Amino acid sequence: MTDTMSHSDLRHSVDPRDPRSSRVKGSNPSRSFALAGILLPLLLAILWEAAIRSGLAVGRLMPPPSTIGATLWELAKSGELQLHCLATLGRVLAGFALGALFGTMIGAAAGALVVVRRLIDPTLQALRAVPSIAWVPLFILWMGIFETSKVALIAVGVFFPVYLGVAGAIEGIDRKLIEVGQVFRLNRWAMIRRVMLPAVLPAWIIALRSGLGLGFMFVVAAEFMGASEGLGFLLVDGQQMGKPAQILASIITFAVLGKLADGVLVMVSKPLLLWQDTARGAL
Amino acid sequence: MLRLSGLSKTYADGTEALRDISLQVGKGDILALVGGSGCGKTTLLRLIAGLDIPSSGAITVNGETIKGPHPSIGIVFQEPRLLPWLTVAGNVGFGLADLPPQERQVRILHALEKVGLAGYDQRWPRELSGGQQQRVAIARAFVTEPKVLLLDEPFSALDAFTRASLHDHLLLLWAETKPTVVMVTHDVEEAITLADRVVVMRPRPGRMMETISVTLDRPRDRLALGFDKAKRRILHALDRSLQPEKAAPTQKGADNASHWW
Repeated sequence: MTDTMSHSDLRHSVDPRDPRSSRVKGSNPSRSFALAGILLPLLLAILWEAAIRSGLAVGRLMPPPSTIGATLWELAKSGELQLHCLATLGRVLAGFALGALFGTMIGAAAGALVVVRRLIDPTLQALRAVPSIAWVPLFILWMGIFETSKVALIAVGVFFPVYLGVAGAIEGIDRKLIEVGQVFRLNRWAMIRRVMLPAVLPAWIIALRSGLGLGFMFVVAAEFMGASEGLGFLLVDGQQMGKPAQILASIITFAVLGKLADGVLVMVSKPLLLWQDTARGAL
Repeated sequence: MLRLSGLSKTYADGTEALRDISLQVGKGDILALVGGSGCGKTTLLRLIAGLDIPSSGAITVNGETIKGPHPSIGIVFQEPRLLPWLTVAGNVGFGLADLPPQERQVRILHALEKVGLAGYDQRWPRELSGGQQQRVAIARAFVTEPKVLLLDEPFSALDAFTRASLHDHLLLLWAETKPTVVMVTHDVEEAITLADRVVVMRPRPGRMMETISVTLDRPRDRLALGFDKAKRRILHALDRSLQPEKAAPTQKGADNASHWW
Protein backbone atom coordinates (compact mmCIF):
# COMPACT_ATOMS: atom_id res chain seq x y z
CA MET A 1 0.00 0.00 0.00
CA THR A 2 2.70 2.45 1.02
CA ASP A 3 4.57 1.50 -2.10
CA THR A 4 1.78 2.49 -4.44
CA MET A 5 1.10 5.62 -2.42
CA SER A 6 4.60 6.94 -2.82
CA HIS A 7 4.46 6.00 -6.47
CA SER A 8 1.36 8.06 -7.05
CA ASP A 9 2.71 10.98 -5.03
CA LEU A 10 5.83 11.03 -7.11
CA ARG A 11 3.84 10.96 -10.31
CA HIS A 12 1.69 13.80 -9.07
CA SER A 13 4.54 16.05 -8.04
CA VAL A 14 6.65 15.70 -11.16
CA ASP A 15 3.83 15.93 -13.65
CA PRO A 16 4.73 18.80 -15.99
CA ARG A 17 1.17 19.27 -17.22
CA ASP A 18 -0.21 20.46 -13.92
CA PRO A 19 -3.31 22.42 -14.90
CA ARG A 20 -2.89 24.89 -12.08
CA SER A 21 0.43 26.11 -13.35
CA SER A 22 -0.80 26.27 -16.95
CA ARG A 23 -3.88 28.16 -15.87
CA VAL A 24 -1.82 30.85 -14.16
CA LYS A 25 0.36 31.14 -17.22
CA GLY A 26 -2.65 31.41 -19.49
CA SER A 27 -4.30 34.25 -17.57
CA ASN A 28 -1.34 36.62 -17.73
CA PRO A 29 -1.59 37.75 -21.37
CA SER A 30 -5.38 38.10 -21.20
CA ARG A 31 -5.03 40.35 -18.17
CA SER A 32 -2.54 42.67 -19.80
CA PHE A 33 -4.81 42.96 -22.84
CA ALA A 34 -7.86 43.71 -20.72
CA LEU A 35 -7.31 47.45 -21.05
CA ALA A 36 -6.67 47.30 -24.81
CA GLY A 37 -10.36 47.65 -25.55
CA ILE A 38 -10.45 51.13 -24.06
CA LEU A 39 -7.68 52.49 -26.34
CA LEU A 40 -9.79 53.12 -29.44
CA PRO A 41 -12.65 55.09 -27.79
CA LEU A 42 -10.09 57.03 -25.73
CA LEU A 43 -8.11 57.96 -28.83
CA LEU A 44 -11.22 59.08 -30.72
CA ALA A 45 -12.36 61.17 -27.73
CA ILE A 46 -9.00 62.90 -27.46
CA LEU A 47 -8.92 63.61 -31.22
CA TRP A 48 -12.42 65.07 -31.19
CA GLU A 49 -11.67 67.20 -28.13
CA ALA A 50 -8.50 68.46 -29.80
CA ALA A 51 -10.34 69.21 -33.06
CA ILE A 52 -12.85 71.41 -31.25
CA ARG A 53 -10.32 73.11 -28.97
CA SER A 54 -8.18 74.00 -31.97
CA GLY A 55 -11.18 75.41 -33.84
CA LEU A 56 -11.14 72.81 -36.62
CA ALA A 57 -14.73 71.85 -35.74
CA VAL A 58 -17.60 73.72 -34.11
CA GLY A 59 -19.13 70.82 -32.18
CA ARG A 60 -22.61 72.30 -31.84
CA LEU A 61 -24.37 69.04 -32.84
CA MET A 62 -21.50 66.79 -31.78
CA PRO A 63 -20.30 68.22 -28.50
CA PRO A 64 -16.76 67.41 -27.29
CA PRO A 65 -16.17 64.82 -24.58
CA SER A 66 -15.59 67.53 -21.99
CA THR A 67 -19.12 68.94 -22.53
CA ILE A 68 -20.65 65.45 -22.42
CA GLY A 69 -18.70 64.75 -19.26
CA ALA A 70 -19.94 67.97 -17.72
CA THR A 71 -23.52 67.09 -18.64
CA LEU A 72 -23.15 63.66 -17.09
CA TRP A 73 -21.69 65.20 -13.96
CA GLU A 74 -24.54 67.69 -13.66
CA LEU A 75 -27.13 64.97 -14.17
CA ALA A 76 -25.42 62.84 -11.56
CA LYS A 77 -25.09 65.70 -9.09
CA SER A 78 -28.78 66.52 -9.26
CA GLY A 79 -29.61 62.83 -8.81
CA GLU A 80 -31.40 62.76 -12.15
CA LEU A 81 -28.97 60.29 -13.72
CA GLN A 82 -29.43 57.78 -10.92
CA LEU A 83 -33.19 58.12 -11.16
CA HIS A 84 -33.19 57.49 -14.91
CA CYS A 85 -30.70 54.63 -14.62
CA LEU A 86 -32.72 52.93 -11.91
CA ALA A 87 -35.94 53.32 -13.89
CA THR A 88 -34.38 51.81 -16.99
CA LEU A 89 -32.57 49.04 -15.12
CA GLY A 90 -35.74 48.14 -13.23
CA ARG A 91 -37.67 47.79 -16.47
CA VAL A 92 -34.93 45.75 -18.13
CA LEU A 93 -34.61 43.45 -15.15
CA ALA A 94 -38.36 42.88 -14.84
CA GLY A 95 -38.72 42.26 -18.56
CA PHE A 96 -35.59 40.10 -18.65
CA ALA A 97 -36.80 37.97 -15.76
CA LEU A 98 -40.16 37.39 -17.40
CA GLY A 99 -38.78 36.81 -20.89
CA ALA A 100 -35.99 34.53 -19.68
CA LEU A 101 -38.39 32.50 -17.54
CA PHE A 102 -40.91 31.90 -20.31
CA GLY A 103 -38.22 31.55 -22.97
CA THR A 104 -36.49 28.85 -20.94
CA MET A 105 -39.65 26.94 -20.08
CA ILE A 106 -41.22 27.01 -23.52
CA GLY A 107 -37.84 26.50 -25.19
CA ALA A 108 -37.19 23.45 -23.02
CA ALA A 109 -40.60 22.01 -23.87
CA ALA A 110 -40.10 22.63 -27.59
CA GLY A 111 -36.60 21.16 -27.49
CA ALA A 112 -37.54 18.04 -25.59
CA LEU A 113 -40.96 17.19 -27.06
CA VAL A 114 -41.44 16.90 -30.80
CA VAL A 115 -45.19 17.44 -30.48
CA VAL A 116 -44.75 20.77 -28.72
CA ARG A 117 -42.15 21.84 -31.24
CA ARG A 118 -44.35 21.02 -34.23
CA LEU A 119 -47.28 22.82 -32.64
CA ILE A 120 -45.76 26.07 -31.45
CA ASP A 121 -42.47 26.60 -33.24
CA PRO A 122 -43.90 27.84 -36.58
CA THR A 123 -46.11 30.38 -34.81
CA LEU A 124 -43.28 31.62 -32.64
CA GLN A 125 -40.97 31.91 -35.63
CA ALA A 126 -43.57 34.04 -37.40
CA LEU A 127 -44.02 36.26 -34.34
CA ARG A 128 -40.26 36.60 -34.07
CA ALA A 129 -40.21 38.24 -37.49
CA VAL A 130 -42.45 41.07 -36.26
CA PRO A 131 -40.41 44.24 -35.60
CA SER A 132 -40.45 45.24 -31.95
CA ILE A 133 -41.91 48.68 -32.57
CA ALA A 134 -44.94 47.05 -34.22
CA TRP A 135 -46.06 45.78 -30.83
CA VAL A 136 -46.02 49.22 -29.22
CA PRO A 137 -49.47 50.49 -30.30
CA LEU A 138 -51.10 47.19 -29.41
CA PHE A 139 -49.45 46.95 -26.01
CA ILE A 140 -50.45 50.53 -25.22
CA LEU A 141 -54.06 49.74 -26.10
CA TRP A 142 -53.99 46.57 -24.04
CA MET A 143 -51.98 47.62 -21.02
CA GLY A 144 -51.93 51.39 -20.98
CA ILE A 145 -48.95 53.66 -21.24
CA PHE A 146 -47.45 52.89 -17.86
CA GLU A 147 -45.03 50.22 -16.65
CA THR A 148 -46.95 47.08 -17.64
CA SER A 149 -46.78 47.66 -21.36
CA LYS A 150 -43.09 48.59 -21.20
CA VAL A 151 -42.10 45.51 -19.24
CA ALA A 152 -44.20 43.36 -21.58
CA LEU A 153 -42.43 44.76 -24.63
CA ILE A 154 -39.01 44.07 -23.11
CA ALA A 155 -40.10 40.57 -22.11
CA VAL A 156 -41.10 39.89 -25.71
CA GLY A 157 -37.67 41.00 -26.86
CA VAL A 158 -35.86 38.81 -24.34
CA PHE A 159 -38.12 35.82 -24.91
CA PHE A 160 -37.13 34.97 -28.48
CA PRO A 161 -33.36 34.59 -28.24
CA VAL A 162 -33.73 32.63 -25.00
CA TYR A 163 -36.41 30.41 -26.53
CA LEU A 164 -34.33 29.74 -29.65
CA GLY A 165 -31.14 29.11 -27.69
CA VAL A 166 -32.67 26.71 -25.19
CA ALA A 167 -34.73 24.77 -27.75
CA GLY A 168 -31.73 24.41 -30.03
CA ALA A 169 -29.43 23.36 -27.19
CA ILE A 170 -31.79 20.67 -25.94
CA GLU A 171 -32.35 19.34 -29.43
CA GLY A 172 -28.59 19.28 -29.93
CA ILE A 173 -27.61 17.30 -26.80
CA ASP A 174 -25.16 14.58 -27.76
CA ARG A 175 -27.00 11.25 -28.02
CA LYS A 176 -23.79 9.54 -26.96
CA LEU A 177 -23.83 11.24 -23.55
CA ILE A 178 -27.50 10.37 -23.11
CA GLU A 179 -26.53 6.74 -23.71
CA VAL A 180 -23.98 6.96 -20.91
CA GLY A 181 -26.86 8.01 -18.66
CA GLN A 182 -28.96 5.12 -19.95
CA VAL A 183 -26.21 2.58 -19.31
CA PHE A 184 -26.12 3.72 -15.68
CA ARG A 185 -29.94 3.49 -15.60
CA LEU A 186 -30.68 7.11 -14.69
CA ASN A 187 -34.37 7.74 -14.31
CA ARG A 188 -36.01 10.59 -16.17
CA TRP A 189 -35.36 13.18 -13.50
CA ALA A 190 -31.76 12.11 -12.89
CA MET A 191 -31.14 12.18 -16.64
CA ILE A 192 -32.36 15.78 -16.77
CA ARG A 193 -30.42 16.83 -13.69
CA ARG A 194 -27.16 14.98 -14.27
CA VAL A 195 -26.84 14.96 -18.06
CA MET A 196 -29.22 17.28 -19.88
CA LEU A 197 -29.06 20.41 -17.70
CA PRO A 198 -25.27 20.55 -17.55
CA ALA A 199 -25.10 19.83 -21.28
CA VAL A 200 -27.30 22.82 -22.18
CA LEU A 201 -25.87 25.18 -19.56
CA PRO A 202 -23.31 26.94 -21.82
CA ALA A 203 -25.85 27.50 -24.60
CA TRP A 204 -28.42 28.68 -22.04
CA ILE A 205 -26.06 31.29 -20.64
CA ILE A 206 -25.24 32.54 -24.13
CA ALA A 207 -28.96 32.72 -24.87
CA LEU A 208 -29.49 34.72 -21.67
CA ARG A 209 -26.71 37.09 -22.68
CA SER A 210 -28.18 37.80 -26.09
CA GLY A 211 -31.60 38.10 -24.43
CA LEU A 212 -30.23 40.67 -22.03
CA GLY A 213 -28.73 42.60 -24.94
CA LEU A 214 -32.06 42.68 -26.71
CA GLY A 215 -33.68 43.73 -23.45
CA PHE A 216 -31.58 46.89 -23.48
CA MET A 217 -32.61 47.55 -27.09
CA PHE A 218 -36.27 47.09 -26.35
CA VAL A 219 -36.21 49.29 -23.27
CA VAL A 220 -35.46 52.28 -25.48
CA ALA A 221 -38.40 51.44 -27.72
CA ALA A 222 -40.51 51.05 -24.58
CA GLU A 223 -39.40 54.37 -23.13
CA PHE A 224 -39.97 56.12 -26.45
CA MET A 225 -43.63 55.28 -26.15
CA GLY A 226 -44.03 57.78 -23.40
CA ALA A 227 -42.12 57.84 -20.16
CA SER A 228 -41.32 60.53 -17.64
CA GLU A 229 -38.15 58.84 -16.49
CA GLY A 230 -35.56 56.46 -17.81
CA LEU A 231 -32.62 56.82 -20.15
CA GLY A 232 -34.94 56.54 -23.15
CA PHE A 233 -36.86 59.54 -21.85
CA LEU A 234 -33.56 61.39 -21.51
CA LEU A 235 -32.88 60.67 -25.19
CA VAL A 236 -36.25 61.97 -26.38
CA ASP A 237 -36.00 64.96 -24.06
CA GLY A 238 -32.56 65.79 -25.42
CA GLN A 239 -33.88 65.70 -28.96
CA GLN A 240 -36.92 67.87 -28.22
CA MET A 241 -34.94 70.39 -26.20
CA GLY A 242 -32.05 70.46 -28.66
CA LYS A 243 -29.47 69.17 -26.17
CA PRO A 244 -27.08 66.87 -28.09
CA ALA A 245 -24.81 66.54 -25.06
CA GLN A 246 -27.69 65.04 -23.08
CA ILE A 247 -28.43 62.58 -25.89
CA LEU A 248 -24.80 61.48 -26.05
CA ALA A 249 -24.63 61.31 -22.25
CA SER A 250 -27.53 58.87 -22.13
CA ILE A 251 -26.14 56.86 -25.05
CA ILE A 252 -22.89 56.47 -23.13
CA THR A 253 -24.79 55.53 -19.99
CA PHE A 254 -26.66 52.90 -22.00
CA ALA A 255 -23.39 51.45 -23.22
CA VAL A 256 -21.94 51.34 -19.71
CA LEU A 257 -25.09 49.85 -18.14
CA GLY A 258 -25.42 47.21 -20.86
CA LYS A 259 -21.80 46.21 -20.59
CA LEU A 260 -22.00 46.07 -16.78
CA ALA A 261 -25.14 43.94 -16.83
CA ASP A 262 -23.55 41.53 -19.30
CA GLY A 263 -20.41 41.49 -17.18
CA VAL A 264 -22.40 40.53 -14.09
CA LEU A 265 -24.07 37.70 -16.02
CA VAL A 266 -20.70 36.43 -17.26
CA MET A 267 -19.19 36.67 -13.79
CA VAL A 268 -22.05 34.78 -12.17
CA SER A 269 -21.92 32.03 -14.77
CA LYS A 270 -18.16 31.67 -14.95
CA PRO A 271 -17.71 29.22 -12.07
CA LEU A 272 -20.37 27.00 -13.65
CA LEU A 273 -18.48 26.74 -16.92
CA LEU A 274 -14.93 26.10 -15.75
CA TRP A 275 -15.04 22.69 -17.40
CA GLN A 276 -15.57 24.02 -20.89
CA ASP A 277 -12.94 23.19 -23.45
CA THR A 278 -13.08 26.52 -25.22
CA ALA A 279 -11.06 29.65 -25.74
CA ARG A 280 -12.40 31.24 -22.59
CA GLY A 281 -10.30 34.33 -23.04
CA ALA A 282 -12.62 35.33 -25.88
CA LEU A 283 -15.73 35.43 -23.70
CA MET B 1 -22.53 -16.45 -17.31
CA LEU B 2 -23.70 -14.61 -20.41
CA ARG B 3 -25.90 -16.53 -22.81
CA LEU B 4 -27.19 -15.33 -26.17
CA SER B 5 -29.73 -17.53 -27.88
CA GLY B 6 -30.95 -17.06 -31.44
CA LEU B 7 -30.33 -13.33 -31.34
CA SER B 8 -31.43 -11.40 -34.46
CA LYS B 9 -31.77 -7.71 -35.16
CA THR B 10 -33.52 -6.15 -38.11
CA TYR B 11 -33.70 -2.37 -38.11
CA ALA B 12 -36.88 -0.45 -38.92
CA ASP B 13 -35.60 0.31 -42.42
CA GLY B 14 -35.32 -3.41 -43.19
CA THR B 15 -31.56 -3.73 -42.75
CA GLU B 16 -30.77 -7.10 -41.27
CA ALA B 17 -27.88 -6.42 -38.94
CA LEU B 18 -27.65 -9.73 -37.08
CA ARG B 19 -28.98 -13.19 -37.78
CA ASP B 20 -29.27 -16.02 -35.31
CA ILE B 21 -26.40 -15.36 -32.91
CA SER B 22 -26.06 -18.00 -30.22
CA LEU B 23 -23.18 -18.20 -27.84
CA GLN B 24 -22.23 -18.65 -24.21
CA VAL B 25 -19.48 -16.87 -22.37
CA GLY B 26 -18.53 -18.35 -19.02
CA LYS B 27 -17.82 -16.36 -15.88
CA GLY B 28 -14.50 -14.57 -16.15
CA ASP B 29 -14.01 -15.51 -19.81
CA ILE B 30 -12.87 -12.95 -22.35
CA LEU B 31 -14.46 -13.23 -25.76
CA ALA B 32 -13.36 -11.17 -28.76
CA LEU B 33 -15.57 -10.49 -31.77
CA VAL B 34 -13.72 -9.76 -35.00
CA GLY B 35 -15.01 -9.25 -38.53
CA GLY B 36 -15.28 -6.85 -41.41
CA SER B 37 -17.26 -3.67 -41.16
CA GLY B 38 -21.01 -4.14 -41.26
CA CYS B 39 -20.93 -7.54 -39.58
CA GLY B 40 -23.00 -6.27 -36.68
CA LYS B 41 -20.37 -6.40 -33.96
CA THR B 42 -21.35 -3.07 -32.46
CA THR B 43 -25.05 -3.89 -32.84
CA LEU B 44 -24.47 -7.07 -30.88
CA LEU B 45 -22.83 -5.17 -28.02
CA ARG B 46 -25.62 -2.58 -28.01
CA LEU B 47 -28.17 -5.38 -27.71
CA ILE B 48 -26.32 -6.91 -24.76
CA ALA B 49 -25.95 -3.48 -23.14
CA GLY B 50 -29.71 -3.01 -23.43
CA LEU B 51 -29.35 0.10 -25.59
CA ASP B 52 -31.19 -1.63 -28.48
CA ILE B 53 -33.90 -4.25 -28.45
CA PRO B 54 -33.39 -7.53 -30.34
CA SER B 55 -35.94 -8.45 -33.03
CA SER B 56 -35.89 -12.02 -31.78
CA GLY B 57 -33.92 -14.21 -29.43
CA ALA B 58 -32.91 -13.63 -25.85
CA ILE B 59 -29.98 -12.47 -23.72
CA THR B 60 -29.54 -13.77 -20.21
CA VAL B 61 -26.97 -13.06 -17.51
CA ASN B 62 -26.88 -15.77 -14.84
CA GLY B 63 -30.34 -16.83 -15.98
CA GLU B 64 -31.82 -13.35 -15.78
CA THR B 65 -33.24 -12.03 -19.07
CA ILE B 66 -31.84 -8.67 -20.17
CA LYS B 67 -34.51 -6.25 -21.38
CA GLY B 68 -32.73 -2.93 -20.95
CA PRO B 69 -29.64 -1.45 -19.31
CA HIS B 70 -28.80 -3.68 -16.36
CA PRO B 71 -26.67 -3.06 -13.27
CA SER B 72 -24.59 -6.17 -13.89
CA ILE B 73 -23.62 -5.09 -17.41
CA GLY B 74 -21.08 -2.35 -18.06
CA ILE B 75 -19.83 -0.95 -21.34
CA VAL B 76 -16.83 1.00 -22.60
CA PHE B 77 -17.64 2.75 -25.85
CA GLN B 78 -15.44 3.37 -28.84
CA GLU B 79 -15.04 6.98 -27.67
CA PRO B 80 -14.39 7.87 -24.02
CA ARG B 81 -17.79 9.61 -23.72
CA LEU B 82 -16.77 11.37 -20.53
CA LEU B 83 -19.13 14.02 -19.23
CA PRO B 84 -17.07 17.19 -19.76
CA TRP B 85 -18.67 19.03 -16.82
CA LEU B 86 -17.54 16.42 -14.28
CA THR B 87 -14.00 16.01 -12.98
CA VAL B 88 -12.20 12.73 -13.59
CA ALA B 89 -13.37 11.54 -10.17
CA GLY B 90 -16.92 12.63 -10.94
CA ASN B 91 -16.85 10.68 -14.19
CA VAL B 92 -15.43 7.51 -12.64
CA GLY B 93 -18.00 7.69 -9.86
CA PHE B 94 -20.90 8.48 -12.20
CA GLY B 95 -22.49 5.06 -11.67
CA LEU B 96 -21.91 5.09 -7.90
CA ALA B 97 -24.33 7.87 -6.96
CA ASP B 98 -26.12 5.59 -4.49
CA LEU B 99 -23.02 4.82 -2.43
CA PRO B 100 -22.07 6.85 0.66
CA PRO B 101 -19.50 9.50 -0.36
CA GLN B 102 -16.65 7.95 1.54
CA GLU B 103 -16.92 4.48 0.02
CA ARG B 104 -17.47 6.10 -3.33
CA GLN B 105 -14.26 8.06 -2.99
CA VAL B 106 -12.29 4.96 -1.98
CA ARG B 107 -13.48 3.02 -5.00
CA ILE B 108 -12.87 5.90 -7.39
CA LEU B 109 -9.31 6.41 -6.19
CA HIS B 110 -8.61 2.69 -6.30
CA ALA B 111 -9.86 2.38 -9.88
CA LEU B 112 -7.88 5.43 -10.96
CA GLU B 113 -4.75 3.98 -9.43
CA LYS B 114 -5.31 0.73 -11.29
CA VAL B 115 -5.48 2.52 -14.64
CA GLY B 116 -2.38 4.56 -13.82
CA LEU B 117 -4.15 7.85 -13.24
CA ALA B 118 -3.55 8.29 -9.52
CA GLY B 119 -3.52 12.01 -8.71
CA TYR B 120 -5.65 12.91 -11.71
CA ASP B 121 -8.97 12.78 -9.85
CA GLN B 122 -9.54 16.55 -9.76
CA ARG B 123 -8.68 17.17 -13.42
CA TRP B 124 -11.19 18.02 -16.10
CA PRO B 125 -11.57 15.59 -19.01
CA ARG B 126 -10.35 18.28 -21.41
CA GLU B 127 -6.97 18.26 -19.66
CA LEU B 128 -6.38 14.60 -20.50
CA SER B 129 -5.00 12.97 -23.62
CA GLY B 130 -7.14 10.57 -25.65
CA GLY B 131 -5.53 7.53 -24.04
CA GLN B 132 -5.98 8.94 -20.54
CA GLN B 133 -9.63 9.72 -21.25
CA GLN B 134 -10.21 6.16 -22.42
CA ARG B 135 -8.58 4.88 -19.23
CA VAL B 136 -11.03 7.01 -17.22
CA ALA B 137 -13.85 5.43 -19.24
CA ILE B 138 -12.52 1.96 -18.43
CA ALA B 139 -12.29 2.86 -14.74
CA ARG B 140 -15.87 4.19 -14.88
CA ALA B 141 -17.09 0.86 -16.24
CA PHE B 142 -15.12 -1.29 -13.78
CA VAL B 143 -15.88 0.70 -10.65
CA THR B 144 -19.49 -0.54 -10.50
CA GLU B 145 -18.13 -4.11 -10.58
CA PRO B 146 -20.30 -5.42 -13.43
CA LYS B 147 -20.61 -9.17 -14.02
CA VAL B 148 -20.41 -8.60 -17.76
CA LEU B 149 -18.21 -5.94 -19.31
CA LEU B 150 -18.63 -4.95 -22.95
CA LEU B 151 -15.83 -3.22 -24.84
CA ASP B 152 -16.65 -1.69 -28.21
CA GLU B 153 -13.29 -1.16 -29.94
CA PRO B 154 -12.18 0.97 -26.99
CA PHE B 155 -8.58 1.20 -28.19
CA SER B 156 -9.12 1.73 -31.90
CA ALA B 157 -8.38 5.46 -31.86
CA LEU B 158 -5.08 5.07 -29.99
CA ASP B 159 -1.51 4.55 -31.11
CA ALA B 160 0.18 1.16 -30.72
CA PHE B 161 2.16 2.02 -27.57
CA THR B 162 -0.81 3.48 -25.74
CA ARG B 163 -2.86 0.51 -26.82
CA ALA B 164 -0.40 -2.01 -25.42
CA SER B 165 -0.26 -0.25 -22.06
CA LEU B 166 -4.05 -0.05 -21.94
CA HIS B 167 -4.22 -3.83 -22.51
CA ASP B 168 -2.14 -4.24 -19.38
CA HIS B 169 -4.35 -1.86 -17.37
CA LEU B 170 -7.44 -3.66 -18.61
CA LEU B 171 -6.14 -7.10 -17.62
CA LEU B 172 -5.08 -5.72 -14.23
CA LEU B 173 -8.59 -4.49 -13.52
CA TRP B 174 -10.12 -7.64 -14.96
CA ALA B 175 -8.01 -9.81 -12.65
CA GLU B 176 -9.59 -8.13 -9.60
CA THR B 177 -13.23 -9.04 -10.10
CA LYS B 178 -12.96 -11.41 -13.08
CA PRO B 179 -16.00 -10.19 -14.99
CA THR B 180 -17.11 -11.83 -18.21
CA VAL B 181 -15.76 -9.66 -21.03
CA VAL B 182 -17.10 -9.37 -24.56
CA MET B 183 -14.98 -7.11 -26.73
CA VAL B 184 -15.23 -5.97 -30.31
CA THR B 185 -12.02 -5.28 -32.14
CA HIS B 186 -10.54 -4.78 -35.58
CA ASP B 187 -7.11 -5.74 -34.36
CA VAL B 188 -6.37 -9.46 -34.55
CA GLU B 189 -3.31 -9.18 -32.31
CA GLU B 190 -5.38 -7.36 -29.71
CA ALA B 191 -7.93 -10.16 -29.82
CA ILE B 192 -5.24 -12.80 -29.26
CA THR B 193 -3.53 -10.76 -26.53
CA LEU B 194 -6.70 -10.46 -24.50
CA ALA B 195 -9.23 -13.14 -25.38
CA ASP B 196 -9.83 -16.77 -24.50
CA ARG B 197 -11.99 -17.20 -27.55
CA VAL B 198 -12.17 -15.25 -30.79
CA VAL B 199 -15.40 -15.28 -32.78
CA VAL B 200 -15.01 -14.39 -36.45
CA MET B 201 -18.17 -12.87 -37.89
CA ARG B 202 -19.43 -12.67 -41.44
CA PRO B 203 -21.08 -9.45 -42.66
CA ARG B 204 -24.45 -8.62 -44.25
CA PRO B 205 -26.25 -9.89 -42.28
CA GLY B 206 -23.96 -10.34 -39.28
CA ARG B 207 -23.53 -14.00 -38.43
CA MET B 208 -21.03 -16.06 -36.50
CA MET B 209 -18.68 -17.90 -38.79
CA GLU B 210 -15.96 -19.48 -36.76
CA THR B 211 -14.81 -19.61 -33.18
CA ILE B 212 -11.13 -19.96 -32.39
CA SER B 213 -9.88 -20.76 -28.90
CA VAL B 214 -6.72 -19.14 -27.63
CA THR B 215 -5.16 -21.21 -24.89
CA LEU B 216 -1.88 -19.34 -24.41
CA ASP B 217 -0.77 -18.51 -20.89
CA ARG B 218 -1.07 -14.94 -19.66
CA PRO B 219 0.68 -12.57 -19.89
CA ARG B 220 0.86 -13.28 -23.56
CA ASP B 221 3.97 -12.79 -25.61
CA ARG B 222 3.46 -11.58 -29.14
CA LEU B 223 6.60 -13.34 -30.25
CA ALA B 224 5.58 -16.78 -28.92
CA LEU B 225 4.99 -19.54 -31.42
CA GLY B 226 1.38 -20.15 -30.44
CA PHE B 227 0.58 -16.48 -30.85
CA ASP B 228 1.55 -16.49 -34.48
CA LYS B 229 -0.33 -19.71 -35.11
CA ALA B 230 -3.54 -18.31 -33.63
CA LYS B 231 -3.06 -15.12 -35.60
CA ARG B 232 -2.77 -17.01 -38.88
CA ARG B 233 -5.89 -19.04 -38.17
CA ILE B 234 -7.90 -15.94 -37.41
CA LEU B 235 -6.61 -14.04 -40.43
CA HIS B 236 -7.46 -17.02 -42.61
CA ALA B 237 -10.97 -17.15 -41.20
CA LEU B 238 -11.34 -13.39 -41.70
CA ASP B 239 -10.29 -13.77 -45.33
CA ARG B 240 -12.95 -16.37 -45.90
CA SER B 241 -15.57 -14.31 -44.07
CA LEU B 242 -15.11 -11.48 -46.55
CA GLN B 243 -15.32 -13.66 -49.67
CA PRO B 244 -18.64 -13.79 -51.53
CA GLU B 245 -20.71 -16.78 -50.56
CA LYS B 246 -20.80 -18.70 -53.82
CA ALA B 247 -20.07 -22.00 -52.11
CA ALA B 248 -23.07 -21.65 -49.88
CA PRO B 249 -23.66 -25.33 -48.93
CA THR B 250 -20.08 -26.05 -47.83
CA GLN B 251 -19.96 -22.72 -46.04
CA LYS B 252 -23.11 -23.66 -44.21
CA GLY B 253 -21.39 -26.86 -43.13
CA ALA B 254 -18.45 -24.93 -41.82
CA ASP B 255 -20.84 -22.63 -40.00
CA ASN B 256 -22.39 -25.48 -38.09
CA ALA B 257 -19.06 -27.11 -37.45
CA SER B 258 -17.77 -23.95 -35.85
CA HIS B 259 -20.15 -24.34 -32.95
CA TRP B 260 -18.34 -27.50 -31.97
CA TRP B 261 -14.92 -25.94 -31.73
